[in-house]
Amino acid sequence: MHGHDHAHHPALQHHFSTMSQQREAGVLGMWVFLLTEVLFFGGLFITYTLYRMWYYEAFAAASKSIEITPGLINTVVLIGSSLTMALSVRASQTNQRKATVNWLIATIILGSVFLGIKVYEYADKFEHHHVPGPSFQFASEHGAEGAAHEAAPAEGGHEVTMGPDQLQRTTQIFFSLYFVMTGLHALHMIVGIVILFIITWMAHKGRFDSEYHAPVEMTGLYWHFVDIVWIFLFPLLYLVERHN
Amino acid sequence: METPVYPAHNYLSNGHGLKSWLLTKDHKRIAILYLISISAFFFLGGLFAVGIRLELTTPQGDLFQPDTYNKFFTLHGVIMVFFFLIPSVPAVLGNFLIPPMIGAKDLAFPRINLLSWYIYVIGGIFTLFAIVAGGVDTGWTFYTPYSSASSSTNVAATALGVFIAGFSSILTGLNFIVTIHRMRAPGLHWFKLPLFVWAHYATSLIQVLGTPVVAITIVMVFAERAFGFGIFDPQRGGDPVLFQHLFWFYSHPAVYIMILPALGVISEIVSTFSRKRIFGYSFVAFSSLAIAVFGFIVWAHHMFVAGITVYAAMVFSFLSFSVAIPSAVKVFNWSATLHRGSLSFEAPMLYVYGFFGLFLIGGLTGLFLATLGTDIHLHDTYFVVAHFHYIMVGGAIMGYLGGIHFWWPKMIGRMYSEFWSRISAILVFVGFNLTFFPQFVLGYMGMPRRYHMYPDEFQVLNVLSSGGAAVLGLGYLLPVIYLVYSIKYGEVAGNNPWGASGLEWRTQSPPLTENFLEVPTDIPEAYEYTPKVIREAKLV
Amino acid sequence: MSSVHVSPLSTYLTIFTALMVLSAITVGAAFVDLGSLNPVVALAIAGLKATLVILYFMHVKYSSRLTKLTVVLSMFFVAILFAETLMDYATRGWLNYVPMGQ
Repeated sequence: MHGHDHAHHPALQHHFSTMSQQREAGVLGMWVFLLTEVLFFGGLFITYTLYRMWYYEAFAAASKSIEITPGLINTVVLIGSSLTMALSVRASQTNQRKATVNWLIATIILGSVFLGIKVYEYADKFEHHHVPGPSFQFASEHGAEGAAHEAAPAEGGHEVTMGPDQLQRTTQIFFSLYFVMTGLHALHMIVGIVILFIITWMAHKGRFDSEYHAPVEMTGLYWHFVDIVWIFLFPLLYLVERHN
Repeated sequence: METPVYPAHNYLSNGHGLKSWLLTKDHKRIAILYLISISAFFFLGGLFAVGIRLELTTPQGDLFQPDTYNKFFTLHGVIMVFFFLIPSVPAVLGNFLIPPMIGAKDLAFPRINLLSWYIYVIGGIFTLFAIVAGGVDTGWTFYTPYSSASSSTNVAATALGVFIAGFSSILTGLNFIVTIHRMRAPGLHWFKLPLFVWAHYATSLIQVLGTPVVAITIVMVFAERAFGFGIFDPQRGGDPVLFQHLFWFYSHPAVYIMILPALGVISEIVSTFSRKRIFGYSFVAFSSLAIAVFGFIVWAHHMFVAGITVYAAMVFSFLSFSVAIPSAVKVFNWSATLHRGSLSFEAPMLYVYGFFGLFLIGGLTGLFLATLGTDIHLHDTYFVVAHFHYIMVGGAIMGYLGGIHFWWPKMIGRMYSEFWSRISAILVFVGFNLTFFPQFVLGYMGMPRRYHMYPDEFQVLNVLSSGGAAVLGLGYLLPVIYLVYSIKYGEVAGNNPWGASGLEWRTQSPPLTENFLEVPTDIPEAYEYTPKVIREAKLV
Repeated sequence: MSSVHVSPLSTYLTIFTALMVLSAITVGAAFVDLGSLNPVVALAIAGLKATLVILYFMHVKYSSRLTKLTVVLSMFFVAILFAETLMDYATRGWLNYVPMGQ
C-alpha cells in the first residue's frame, strides 16, 4: 500500500498522488464528520441530563411506561448489524467480493428490522397519546409510585412530589426528548441504509478490492457510530428506573 | 522589469458558460461562486442596516412600525452573521488559496466543496423566502420561548435556512482539516505552513465542533414550534436559559470563525509588505489554536444577566479574559514584525492598519464586557452593539477586504485601480469609526439596543452614526466598481506583483485549473524574505 | 503510515459476545435497586460498550494517532459542554437569588 508506485488504480482521483493518500483522506474525513456528529448528539444529551436531574420522577415514570422488550430486541439487532458491517469491511479488505456483498445485505436487513420495530413502538406511542403536542396525555398510574422517590432538588423550593399537572408537563419533556433523540437516530439509520444500498451495488459491480475499499470502510465507521448512539439511548430512555 | 503577459490558459478560461461554473469541482471557481453569492447577501444585509440607520436619525419612531424595525435588525443580523461573515474569508479566500499555499491540486473533497456551496445557496433561499413571506423578528439569536412559542413571524423558515447553511460551514471546515492534514506537498511540514493556513485550520475546528450544537438546538426549537413539543418553553416545563447555553456554545466560538481567518490574512499581508518573517511564527500559529479552544469555554459571558448563577458567571468572566492572551500575542507579534520593516501604503496594507486600530478597540472593549460588574451596566446597550461591530465588521471585514485586495491579482490576474482602492480603504476606516464609535458613548449613556425610538438627547450621536454609515456604505460600494472594472481593463498583474514568498505566488495569475504544472518540491521556509529571495521574486 | 489492519474473525465474534453480555447486564442492573448508583452503572456499561465498538469494530486500536486524537477531541469538547453548562445548574439555589425586577 505505501510507497511503491502502482500503475494508476482506476479509482484514483486526479488530485491525489497515491491510493493510500486518497484512502487516508477519506477515512480522516469520515472521522471529522463523526466528530461533528458526536457534538450534534452531545447537545441532546446535555438537554436530557438537565431535565432528568430536574424532573427525575417524571422521567422515571415515563420511562417505565415504555415497553422494554422491543428496545432490547433492537439493541441486539443493531449490535448484530454492527457485527455484520464489520465483517463486510473485513471481507472487502481481504478481497472477498461475494462475502462483502452478503454481509452488506445482512446489515441492510438488520437495519430495516430495527426501523420496523421502531415503527411499531412509535405507533404504540401514538395510540397511548404519548406523542408530545396538543393531544399528549400521560395517565398518572405510574405517578403514585414515582411520588415516593425524591426528585433531585434542582432549584430552591422545588416541589418534591409532582401534581398531575406537573407530571403531565414534565413527562411531555421526556417524550419530546424521546422522539427527538430516537427520531434523529432513526433518520441516521435511514441515511445509512441508503448509503448501504449504494455501497452494496458498487461491491456487487466489483468496484472494490484490497487496495480500494475506503467507501466500505467509511460506511462502516458511520454505521458503528449510529450503533454507539443507540448504546447510550437504550439505557437513558428505557431503563431510567425499573426496580421497585 | 519586463511586462507580464496574461496567461492564455488558466482556470477562468478552462470552460465557458453557466454549466461549466455550476458543475465545477475546481476550488478556485467554487471560491468565485462563493464570492458572488456572499457579496449579494452582504449588500442585502447592508440594505437592512440602511433602514435601521435611517430610522434612528430621529428620536421618534417615524419611519417604520416597531414590528417592522424588529424585522429589520433581525434580518440584518441573520444575513450578515450566517450568510456573510461566517462563510466570508474561509469560503472565498480559504477555498481559493489553501490548495496552492500547500502545493496541492485541489481540496481533498472537491465534490463536497461544490455541495457545500449548493447547501449554502439552499439555506439562503429559505431565508430569502422568510423575508418575502413577511420577515422574522426574533433577533438573530432566536431566543426562546419567543422564537419557539410566541413569535408569529417566519421563524421556522429562517431557522431552517440557518440550520442548512450550517452544514455548508461544517463541510467547508471538514474539507480544510482533511486537506491540510493530507494534501500538503512533500516536504511542507506544519511549521513551514503560512499562518493563513494555521488560522484556517483553527477555524475549521470550530466549524466542525461548534456548528452541530447550534444545529441540534435549532432542531429542538423547530420541534417545539412546529409540533408542540416541550423543551425550552417554561410554560411546558422547559428552561429557556438552556437554549442560551446551547446557542452560545456555538455562537460565541462563531465569532472566532469570523475573526480567525481574518487574522490569518493579516499575517500574510504584514509579512509580505514589511518584507520580514512574522516575528514569533510559532507563537502566532499556536495562538490561533488557543483562540479556537478558549473560544469554547467562555460562552456564558453573553448570559450574565440571563439568570445564570453568580458562581457560574464569575468563572465565565474569569475565563473570558483568557481569550485576550492569544489575541494580544498576535497583535504584539505583528507590531514587532512591522517594527523596522519597510512600511508601505498599498491598499491591502491600509486595510491592515485599519484593522489594527479597530481590532484593538474592539478587543479592549470586550474586556469591559467580560467583566461581570461592568457588563451588568452595559448589557443590551449600544456599547455591546459597538463592541461586536468593531470585531465582526471592523476586524473581520477589514481582514476580508484586505485579503481580497491582496489576492485579487492572483485570483483575476489583473490589478485594480491603485488610487480608488486607497480611497475606499480610507472611506471604510473613517466611515466605520464615525458609525460605531458614537455607539460606545450611546451605550455607556444607557441607550438600549433593538429599540426604534430614543430620548431626544441621544439624537446628535445617532445622527453622527447614521452619517458615518453613509460614508461606510460608499466605502463598501466603491470596490465593487473598480474590482469589476479591473476584470476586463486592469493591468496584467503577473505571477507575483507584491514580491511575496508564499507558494501560491509561484504559480501563474490566474492559476491553472490544477494550480501547478508539477507538485512543488523545494519548499521554502514560511515567509523567507532574504535579500536573495526578494531579488528573485521581483524578477518575475 | 497506517497499512490496513485485518483483524481475525475471532476478534469480531468475541467483541460481539461481550456486547451482548453487557447489554444483558445493563438490563439486569436496571431492575436492582442500587440507589444513586443505577445511572452510574448504566452509563459505565454503555461507555464500555461504546469503547469496545470504537476500538475493535471501528479499528481505532490499530489506527493512526490522528484518528485517536479525533476521538479524544470529540469527547473533550462534549465534556466542556457538559461541565460548563452544569456548572450553572449545579450552583442554582446556593444563593437565594432574586432576579432584578421581581
